[in-house]
Amino acid sequence: MTEDRGAQRLVELLADHEDDFVTQWVATVGESLSGRLSNAELERELRDLYAALRSGLASGALASREDGFAEIRSLLVELSRNRARQGFTPTETAISVFALKQVLEPSLTGSAKDIRAYLQLSRLLDELGLLTAEAYARTREEIISSQADQLLELSTPVVKLWDGVVAVPLVGTLDSARTQVVMERLLQALIDYNSTQAIIDITGVPAVDTQVAQHLLKTVVAARMMGADCVISGIRPQIAQTIVALGIEFGDIPTKGTLADALRHALDTIERDKRLAENRGSLL
Amino acid sequence: MPGDTARRTESIELDGSAGVVKARQLVRSLAQEAGLSLVDQTKLVTAASELARNTVVYGGGGRMEAEAAWSNGRSGVRLLFADEGPGIPDVELALTDGWTTGGGMGLGLSGARRLADEFDLDTGEGRGTRVTIVKWAR
Repeated sequence: MTEDRGAQRLVELLADHEDDFVTQWVATVGESLSGRLSNAELERELRDLYAALRSGLASGALASREDGFAEIRSLLVELSRNRARQGFTPTETAISVFALKQVLEPSLTGSAKDIRAYLQLSRLLDELGLLTAEAYARTREEIISSQADQLLELSTPVVKLWDGVVAVPLVGTLDSARTQVVMERLLQALIDYNSTQAIIDITGVPAVDTQVAQHLLKTVVAARMMGADCVISGIRPQIAQTIVALGIEFGDIPTKGTLADALRHALDTIERDKRLAENRGSLL
Repeated sequence: MPGDTARRTESIELDGSAGVVKARQLVRSLAQEAGLSLVDQTKLVTAASELARNTVVYGGGGRMEAEAAWSNGRSGVRLLFADEGPGIPDVELALTDGWTTGGGMGLGLSGARRLADEFDLDTGEGRGTRVTIVKWAR
């Protein structure tokens, strides 16, 4: 019963001072965002939030998870997502909610009813503020994981270097997921470009450890199974010394210092194969 | 060690491949600060990569502690890889080239020993593994 009267008082307060509160709210939040969001946009957002808050309270709800606040919850999630995407900090996002407490304070008379109303609003806004923090964090995680996916896609192009020669310039760390992508792309490119020569260039790989080496070897073996010759190029002096010290052996896989050397090697191989085929033809 | 001054030790959780990447990046920046040549930087980073992965794969996760080191006027980097995993029952065998229980190349531990200037392996069945390596600037 007293709970109801408290919420009643809150609804009254919010209704009586609507324009006042929203204006001050926009001013307080706007100040903290230091002009990085237009006032018109901010006012539209906060007016929507205010309306949703009022209708939620009018429905008798007091806890943020109640149905009455479904609208404000979804508005806040949307707001947090936008803030996260626009590069605002979690504090700058949560302030949109918490600033309302500050705005409300001067209008309180100090009566028991007002104090109760303020405490209820305070508890509600705390919950809603936490909701923005959660939505913010979730959005950032989504952004990070989608960027990781994009990197995976971006950093593994397979290029046609010459007639019959394709190359993969590897950049960055070569883990199992990347190797899988590289291998698939390379094998597909061998078919698409009708190539017999593949060059894997590791100039952009900062360190070759046993895992990277193992991944490289597997890729080469797969390419060979399709009848292609594979050359690994871009072995810099420090990488060569490290590979030797580690004890990794590349076996009969040709390795070259530069991509240019590898291309020459590939073209020579194509030329030699062609001559061999011609000789065989003239013998018949 | 004489001449050693108290240094800030940086610690990295090794709980997955992301930890291995972080460890590599930290080791590279420490190696650059210590004035290691490009070859020695690469060797140390590669050794760290091997040992960090061992910690994750065989030790079930652990941590890496990294610090700058000084001795006889030389600067270097000291790395400790520690896990509370099952430990290595036969150290001799584990340091044999090509021997592996995990489907790798079997060169990580032995290779790391060759890549580092100092190598210390403290392990035993059931008491985890602690590997310390040091690389000095020339």
